[in-house]
Amino acid sequence: MDMNFSPEDQAFRGEVRQFLKDRLPARLSEKVRLSRELTKDEIEEWHAVLNEKGWLAGNWPNEFGGAGWTAIQRHIFEEESALAHAPRVLPFGIAMLGPVLQKFGSKEQQDRFLPRILDGQDWWCQGYSEPGAGSDLATVKTTAVRDGDHYIVNGQKTWTTLGQHANWIFCLVRTDPAAKAQEGISFLLIDMTAPGITVRPIVLLDGTPEVNEVFFDDVRVPVENLVGEENKGWTYAKYLLTHERTNIAGVGFATAGLAALKRIARAQVANGRPLSENPLFAARMGEVEIDLMAMSTTNLRMLAQAAAGQAPGAESSMLKLKGTQIRQAINDLTRRAVGPWALAFPSEALEGANDDQPPGPAEAAGATRSYLNNRKLSIYGGSNEIQRGIIAKSLLGL
Amino acid sequence: MQFGFTDEQTMLGESLARTLERGSDAAALFELGVGAALLPEEAGGFGGTGPDILMVFRTLGRAGAVTPLLDSVLLGAGILAAAGETDLAEAASIGAARIAVGLDEPGQRYDGTVATRAAADRLTGEKSLVHGADQASHLIFRATDGLYLAEAGAEGLSMRGYALMDGGRAAEMTLRDVPARRIGDLALLDRPVAAAVLAVCADALGVMERATDLTADYLKTRKQFGRPIGSFQAIQHRMADLLTEIEQARSAVWNLAAHLDGPGRDRHVAATKSLVGRVARLVAEETVQLHGGIGMTEEYELAPLARRLLAADARFGDSDHHLERFIAVSAASAA
Ligand SMILES: Cc1cc2nc3c(=O)[nH]c(=O)nc-3n(C[C@H](O)[C@H](O)[C@H](O)COP(=O)(O)OP(=O)(O)OC[C@H]3O[C@@H](n4cnc5c(N)ncnc54)[C@H](O)[C@@H]3O)c2cc1C
Repeated sequence: MDMNFSPEDQAFRGEVRQFLKDRLPARLSEKVRLSRELTKDEIEEWHAVLNEKGWLAGNWPNEFGGAGWTAIQRHIFEEESALAHAPRVLPFGIAMLGPVLQKFGSKEQQDRFLPRILDGQDWWCQGYSEPGAGSDLATVKTTAVRDGDHYIVNGQKTWTTLGQHANWIFCLVRTDPAAKAQEGISFLLIDMTAPGITVRPIVLLDGTPEVNEVFFDDVRVPVENLVGEENKGWTYAKYLLTHERTNIAGVGFATAGLAALKRIARAQVANGRPLSENPLFAARMGEVEIDLMAMSTTNLRMLAQAAAGQAPGAESSMLKLKGTQIRQAINDLTRRAVGPWALAFPSEALEGANDDQPPGPAEAAGATRSYLNNRKLSIYGGSNEIQRGIIAKSLLGL
Repeated sequence: MQFGFTDEQTMLGESLARTLERGSDAAALFELGVGAALLPEEAGGFGGTGPDILMVFRTLGRAGAVTPLLDSVLLGAGILAAAGETDLAEAASIGAARIAVGLDEPGQRYDGTVATRAAADRLTGEKSLVHGADQASHLIFRATDGLYLAEAGAEGLSMRGYALMDGGRAAEMTLRDVPARRIGDLALLDRPVAAAVLAVCADALGVMERATDLTADYLKTRKQFGRPIGSFQAIQHRMADLLTEIEQARSAVWNLAAHLDGPGRDRHVAATKSLVGRVARLVAEETVQLHGGIGMTEEYELAPLARRLLAADARFGDSDHHLERFIAVSAASAA
């Protein structure tokens, strides 16, 4: 048993740290630190910096322009990025679609789409969920009917994160209404500038329009945009979901969040003493830190298993479940740490509706905002209830 | 032993609920006499007991109504009445005057230490989170040596307003030699602040009831995997736990309502606020979770309710603050 990182991995960590120090603009890291919303330009700016270094797609093999990192290297990169308050790399093109195209896409699709993901020409969003198909994703109803060398797409997707910025959407569509639920689904790439597509923003609990509804009304999609085979989309979707679950534990985010929590708790004064020295609050922080230490090792143990060629099973459900619980606990404590100033409504306070400074410590509005926004962690990516079901079923056979 | 409301209180609750169905316009509520129901007879009201406060604020919470009743009447007029400023208290109780109360200051969490000073009837200092400040005609400020009354727009008074999670508004205020009149000692705050804590908790109780009703309805209608999600036992158990916790909150609110004017008030304030704050957070998180994505959207009724529950925990001291106070008060009374 050797729980230490190899010398190569340690050297890699140093390299990542140095890079972040040299290239991450303080303008961006400050916004991330205070949980302010990044603009489209700012996200693209950071993607471009990473791409220039060849680090945008850590998970892609070199042949597709990726960095070809090991799972451990990816973990190190994510952890260091979070600690430096770097913007996160958007998952939709890089973590989700890229691997699907590399495994199931045609050579033409790979040549056409992968470079455009890297150089930022395309912004992808994920069109899986529908109003009637959430946890039970296999019941998607959006249809694609073959008409010559096109599909005609009709229906609605929802909860599409940052779809307002996207020019492409990958969708699960029903191509065989007669088949059993999972067997009639196809994986289609749709140009969002095509006629017949309408995007409507949805404002969330924290006051920001992070997700959207996307409506399809007789949208013509060229047949060459079908990934793999018709009616095999469910297989590709599931493959994508396993990729969505790498880094699902969010250890880097949790570690950065805990560090921020401690800073706030040291600065807050409760009954004449720093909040960090208040026995009750210190105990709450201690408990979550102990949890995170174990979680971090669970995560590395699973990465090591994956590196040894074992496919991730129900263990990834545990990572999702515990990882999101820890992040939400840290968000909760952070909001409580800023005390009464958590009362200010975050979106207005943050975006400066009347060019106000939010009240209280600089972190306050962001603390409330992150808390509210991150309630999503236990809902999306397979809800925590669904993960519990998977754990009980596949590990225990219940 | 008898739990429950008097007939008058029940009738008031019913007519308030009916009025709120048409919206939460403050003028309509004042016309109904809700303001007067929150004050004792000496202050021109006809109520002001624990159960009166419970009934009114639980009803407001259920309706999700955003009103000046807590800050301007229960707290503001309550302090004025205690200070013998009955005319202004009465004006506030019918909505003819609006009171905002500046208790807290930047850098101070829940412990009530203040630095605002009075010299020759002029106040200098800073106030944070002054609820309802931008609607106020009069302001009450806590200074080091007592409570002071100032008029809105007085010279030397500046403010910066912002929206709150509970749907209301507050302001940061700077006071530079603001003309103000001393109206009494800091001890005058005790009863009105305890009453305000009861109001926040009763409001939260109403919000929790509404949020669980919404959730129960949704669980019956939302289908996944070919059946209502409420038919999954995992979900049923979560809802059963929530209802049980809310029952506890209901009793805690009654405890405080019953002891608001008796011995042991401080201990009940601490106990009730600690328990309700904790349960309110739980209900906010669980009702959102059990809805799935829809629970996170601003368009659906739940989002403002969930935020209001979180706001309830953060006002007048959160669950941890009151847990510590409970331990301290209990230790002191045992000694
Ligand atoms: C902020 C946010 C961003 C998102 N981004 C995207 C995106 O970019 N693209 C995309 O396609 N989707 C996205 N989603 C959708 C997300 O994947 C779904 O919300 C999720 O799958 C849950 O579906 P639902 O919201 O319909 O809830 P439902 O499936 O209706 O679930 C409601 C509740 O019932 C529970 N439940 C359901 N089935 C069971 C069961 N069998 N046993 C026990 N409990 C059960 C759930 O856990 C939940 O608590 C996003 C969601 C959110 C909130």
